[in-house]
Amino acid sequence: MNALILTAVFGVIMMFSSFLLKNKAAIRGLAIAGLTIVLIANVLEMSGMVFFKIDTKGMIGFDRFALLFNTIVFVCNLVYFLLSARDIEKVGINYSEYFSLIFFVLCGITLASSFHSLLMLFLGIEIISIPLYILTGSDKRNLKSNEASLKYLLLGAFSTGLMLMGIALIYGATGTFSTMVETKEAPTSALFISGMLLLMFSMAFKVSAAPFHFWTPDVYDGAPTVFTSFMATIVKVGAFIAFIRLFNDAFGNSQPQWQLLIALITAITLFIGNITAVFQQSVKRMLAYSSISQAGFMMLSIYAMNQDAKEGFLLYTAAYCLATIGIFAVLIKLKDYSFDGFNALAKQQPLVAVLTTIFLLSLAGIPLTAGFLSKFYMLKAATVTGKYLWLVIFAVLMAVVSVYYYFRVIQAMYFKDGDGQAIEVSSAFKLTLTLVAALIILLGIFPNLIINWLYF
Amino acid sequence: MIPVFLLVIPLVSGLGAFFFKDGKTVRAWALFSSLITLTGSILGLTIFKDASYQEFHASWISSINTSFSVKLDGMGQILCLLTAVSFPLVFLSTWNSVYKKPNNFFGLMLLMQVGLIGVFLAMDALLFYFFWELALIPAYFLCSQWGGERRIAVTFKFFIYTFTGSILMLVAIIYIYLQTPDHSFDITAFYNSATNSRAESWLFWMMFVAFAVKMPIWPLHTWQPDTYEQSPTAVTMILSGVMVKMGVLGMIRWLIPVLHISFYQWGDTVTTLAVTGMLYASLIAIQQDDLKRLVAYSSIAHVGLMCASLFAETHSGMQGVMIQMFNHGINIIGLWIVIELIERQFGTRKISQLGGLAQRSPAMAILLVVVALANIGLPLTNGFIGEFLMFNGIFASTVTKYYVVFTVLAGITIILAAVYTLNMIRKVFYGETNTLTAPGYSLRFNETAALTIIVVIVFVIGVYPKLFLDISKETSEFILQKADVRTIFNK
Repeated sequence: MNALILTAVFGVIMMFSSFLLKNKAAIRGLAIAGLTIVLIANVLEMSGMVFFKIDTKGMIGFDRFALLFNTIVFVCNLVYFLLSARDIEKVGINYSEYFSLIFFVLCGITLASSFHSLLMLFLGIEIISIPLYILTGSDKRNLKSNEASLKYLLLGAFSTGLMLMGIALIYGATGTFSTMVETKEAPTSALFISGMLLLMFSMAFKVSAAPFHFWTPDVYDGAPTVFTSFMATIVKVGAFIAFIRLFNDAFGNSQPQWQLLIALITAITLFIGNITAVFQQSVKRMLAYSSISQAGFMMLSIYAMNQDAKEGFLLYTAAYCLATIGIFAVLIKLKDYSFDGFNALAKQQPLVAVLTTIFLLSLAGIPLTAGFLSKFYMLKAATVTGKYLWLVIFAVLMAVVSVYYYFRVIQAMYFKDGDGQAIEVSSAFKLTLTLVAALIILLGIFPNLIINWLYF
Repeated sequence: MIPVFLLVIPLVSGLGAFFFKDGKTVRAWALFSSLITLTGSILGLTIFKDASYQEFHASWISSINTSFSVKLDGMGQILCLLTAVSFPLVFLSTWNSVYKKPNNFFGLMLLMQVGLIGVFLAMDALLFYFFWELALIPAYFLCSQWGGERRIAVTFKFFIYTFTGSILMLVAIIYIYLQTPDHSFDITAFYNSATNSRAESWLFWMMFVAFAVKMPIWPLHTWQPDTYEQSPTAVTMILSGVMVKMGVLGMIRWLIPVLHISFYQWGDTVTTLAVTGMLYASLIAIQQDDLKRLVAYSSIAHVGLMCASLFAETHSGMQGVMIQMFNHGINIIGLWIVIELIERQFGTRKISQLGGLAQRSPAMAILLVVVALANIGLPLTNGFIGEFLMFNGIFASTVTKYYVVFTVLAGITIILAAVYTLNMIRKVFYGETNTLTAPGYSLRFNETAALTIIVVIVFVIGVYPKLFLDISKETSEFILQKADVRTIFNK
């Protein structure tokens, strides 16, 4: 509850800061301070200190899973601010409004991670989506950005329509919006099943699972790169937590009915994401497809839906967000977004190259990085179910494919000679990046640093 | 504590090596570090034999029952000693090679040593997988950065091959972990896992692919000649001398005792693959003009024999593999040292362009001939002991009906090995000198030292193999007892 209120409040504060503060550094400082306060308040709530006691009539509930997830998201967002806040400045003139929109998105994520009612789910998803339509089109003079924004809005509205329809059907079948109703047997009426399918499809759209992924590459490519970084990481896991909660709470009983379908969506997502990423020439587009393929791996947690899956999802969130934010932060500094843009980066910026390598190895799932253990937990969760082992084997084979495009960047950085375009990075940037890499390695050795929080 | 010592020394010195500025200092630093590791390994073999020194356990991720447990058993002792001997030999013999960014080169080499030793010591499946991959990452960077012309594509092929194998192994590990009685990654839990025979078959193949790629077994060998050819020779020595043994060890420790039913069931199939690969590789080796590729193919043939004799399930065969793992590593490093010298001096590895080296550099010729003869298993050399035990093992096998066929076919490859090895010696060292080889080459002190050490080891093991056979005896018996399917049927 702390985070929900505070993110909304800071969203408003940031909005007003645009005419109160003229100095961009001050705006940036305010945003970072605000997020730190939100983070601290959220951590305090985990140990029982709730600042705002509001009766939500059982529509929102902050359990440990939701709170821990929020903490991870806030930490990742803080990293994102520290690394990329300066680059947001270059997008357009409405500097503080961008921060304001980001805070509103965080507010939506907080709601999406803790809803107990389908109405709250709808609110959460919409609060996430609407600021994103604006952020995507924030590069106003760029046609690509405009196109991406319009495309995102139209398709997003369509999927929202599906979601509303699904919620209506579920309400018709069960007579309640609550997701926490304990039922012994799963309802099997056609109304309920079709409502469930509609919700599944609209959520699959939000997390860009195939075959609902077609908007992703264009939107991610068209949006300003700083916001692509935000959308591909924090927003994506925010939609995922809603997906997981929905299928755990509301449809947990009907697992036999949706499990095969989710398994198929997972397999297709992995296949399309990885295979298409191989053929990309631009690193930005490659990362868009990589985000689809990583979403495929995260889908395994929905397919499995057991305790391992939840632990694994939290670890995956941290590993994926930190590494992707790190790579995007480096990518933004480059002028050329193709693979050649990374050529000979190791010669100019040895430290940045090493850190980028760590992020890429983590995304590829090499041991000693958080990426490996998160993939490991996902595979374990999927194997525990004892069904559909082909999915597990297919997933690891796709992980091998992913090595191809991640290593292309490493090859460019280390083994190719470049034209020597110099990039400038501050020492604070390097320091933050080093801390992120250290965190990834630390989590790769001691995943309990996160997982224990779920229980103690 | 010895296992921790063996891991920490290269780890710390490897990370330290990145910060050196001067090429010569870092070279000395790497040699020094590898000598300390060697001392540790020898101490573990001789003085600190007590069990309390030989193992180390620490809790790691307790929620999934995996622990940091490392232990030196007989096989671990032999392979750690091989690793510990190899690195000083490699550093010593390539002392005069010049590398770009030497600090990175030596740092990565030492980190690779950590991965290798970790694989040989790990007694926990997840830890084993960790080290298994960790050994690969430095190898990838070493080959891609300091290799030959086609290095990037070739190394990437190598990486994809091994990564595919190992990630399939990961799925198998997770599956077996879920079948263990107390859900643990510990090796004893794995030995007691209750997998049903239907699942066992595909688990077997998934793990086998991982190990077979590393060894390599035909038809998964295609990465190997290219990688050996393109890598810098120092790395090739480690890849062929030591890293290959990761696959053999994996098979002995993690495949045979865990999935013993399908080990028995698929024995003939795998042996057929191995023997086919031996013949195929030997025939290709005869045709090779490039020294590096010749040795690469000969290595496939030798490793194939180890695989075939593992699946014979006999004491003699198992002991032969144990001792041959060490021998093969030492011998092949000796061959690479000479090839590296030839290439550096004459600028070519083509057999057809060389000739008459023995007239000008007799010392090199003598040392090479000894190693080459050991490679084809002449009596009094270490190769003879290993190969004899292995052939004996295959012929005495009670688990296959085709033991005669396998022994005969495998025996043919020994003849073929003599053909290509002696042919190579004849063409390179004897005959007329040409304009290229006329100046000759006199060995430097460090090169003589490295080769002499190798020749001494060749003869010591060849004359008194009991030293090594005693170390591995217990492990061999233990593995065979675990692998024996009859114990299950008799129950």
